[in-house]
Amino acid sequence: MSGNAPSLAAPAPTPQKPKIAGMIAIGVWIAVAVAFVIYFATAFDTTLIARFGWSYLSGLWVTVSLVAVSFVLGALVSLPVALGRMANNPVAGGLAFAFVYFFRGTPLIAQIFLVYYGFGQFHGFFEAIGMWWFFREAWYCGLLSLALNTAAYQAEILRGAIESVPKGQWEGGRSLGLPRTVIFFKIVMPQALIVALRPYANEIILMIKASAIVAIITVYDLFGETRQAYSRTYDFQTYVWAALLYLALVEALRHATNWAERRLTVHLKR
Amino acid sequence: MDALTLLGFGPTGWGDDLARGVVVTVTLSLATLPIGLCLGFFLSLAKQSDDWLLKLSADIFTTIFRGLPELLTLFLVYFGVNAALKSLSQATGLPDLALSSFVSGMVALGVVFSAFASEVFLSAFRAIPHGQREGGLALGLGRTKVMMLVILPQLIKIALPGLGNLWMNLLKDTALVSVIGLADILRQAQIAARVSREPFLFFGTAIVLYLVLTILSSIAIGGIDRWTKRGEVAK
Repeated sequence: MSGNAPSLAAPAPTPQKPKIAGMIAIGVWIAVAVAFVIYFATAFDTTLIARFGWSYLSGLWVTVSLVAVSFVLGALVSLPVALGRMANNPVAGGLAFAFVYFFRGTPLIAQIFLVYYGFGQFHGFFEAIGMWWFFREAWYCGLLSLALNTAAYQAEILRGAIESVPKGQWEGGRSLGLPRTVIFFKIVMPQALIVALRPYANEIILMIKASAIVAIITVYDLFGETRQAYSRTYDFQTYVWAALLYLALVEALRHATNWAERRLTVHLKR
Repeated sequence: MDALTLLGFGPTGWGDDLARGVVVTVTLSLATLPIGLCLGFFLSLAKQSDDWLLKLSADIFTTIFRGLPELLTLFLVYFGVNAALKSLSQATGLPDLALSSFVSGMVALGVVFSAFASEVFLSAFRAIPHGQREGGLALGLGRTKVMMLVILPQLIKIALPGLGNLWMNLLKDTALVSVIGLADILRQAQIAARVSREPFLFFGTAIVLYLVLTILSSIAIGGIDRWTKRGEVAK
């Protein structure tokens, strides 16, 4: 498996003889690994690769681009929402709270169904305002739901990060005579983003996992291509391929985040 | 037909079907919770044991089930286990065994829940000072008693916010099991939407039902939180 970095296997401070529970547990994993190797050795089929290799790659690309675009759109939407959550104005605060609560309190799959199937009911209306091309396409519907959903989560990440910056940073900026927007973007935000790096990376990982849902509304992302390949072959290894690809994607991202965090916080280490 | 008739109970409306869906959703979440909590607790114990093989095993488990999409885990369990059971019953001549979508959902969501819960428990364990355990041992309590009487009560209090979040995720993830045919809220809404040709009404209703469940959950979690903190001085 790609995740067990050698560092995990570092011996405990007081090296002990492995006990029976640990041997059984690792034995189970070794058995699973051996079973998989045997399974793949017997079931592996090069014609499947030739048939579905490209569709898996294109599915992977759809997943990555869907997550990337909706993450960026979500980040844009999340900024005003986060500001609304922190505002003293009760109307703005209430609206932002309702937005966040709605999208975090309901399943993404239900939101996607509401957009894709539910909005389709107002076909005539959307055609009249010239937006039907958008709600007709499953890809755009998935994108919209994912973007709004992640905007709610990102707004909370951003709010937490901005509130973690000490008040003295604001006061210091004001005593230098800087305008509020300059203080916000040049002093507060850079410090907040370091705090927010890990939650943001977690959010991307959650989105990669959640984006598999769009396969249900006929988007051919990695999971959609997998379902298609399975329905044509009834070969279970199609799902195993997808699992390996998803794990590789998530683990690569996790290690990249660890590396980036080490780089970005060099000046904070003593 | 107007919305009230469609949502009403009885032969013309879908209210009773949706209500049954709510029962299925809540039952599945409540049935998964103990599995996930127990497994997560033991995983967190494994992660802090000084037996590196046990630690490594628990880490592999977490890496896999935190990294896979929940939907894929569900499909792997549903199709994989069912295929394995089928070949098993063919090989041994036993009667056909099959995993229902409810049990598949319980297993898949329970495993995912436990992977995340183990991390919550682990950081809660780390927040409890060593002296607590040492004090218990110094009083002559056994290791199990120290765990049950000294560590666990404090652990629950610290882990509660994290576990509350996981409960919310679990409640929402049960909607995924509708894809493999479980008659939960979303499935019932889907059927109703298809038959009545009113998708917006029924998916909107489903979302409102989920929202009500989350609001009730957060009230309940708030209550438990206050209960665990009843011994603290009011601020």
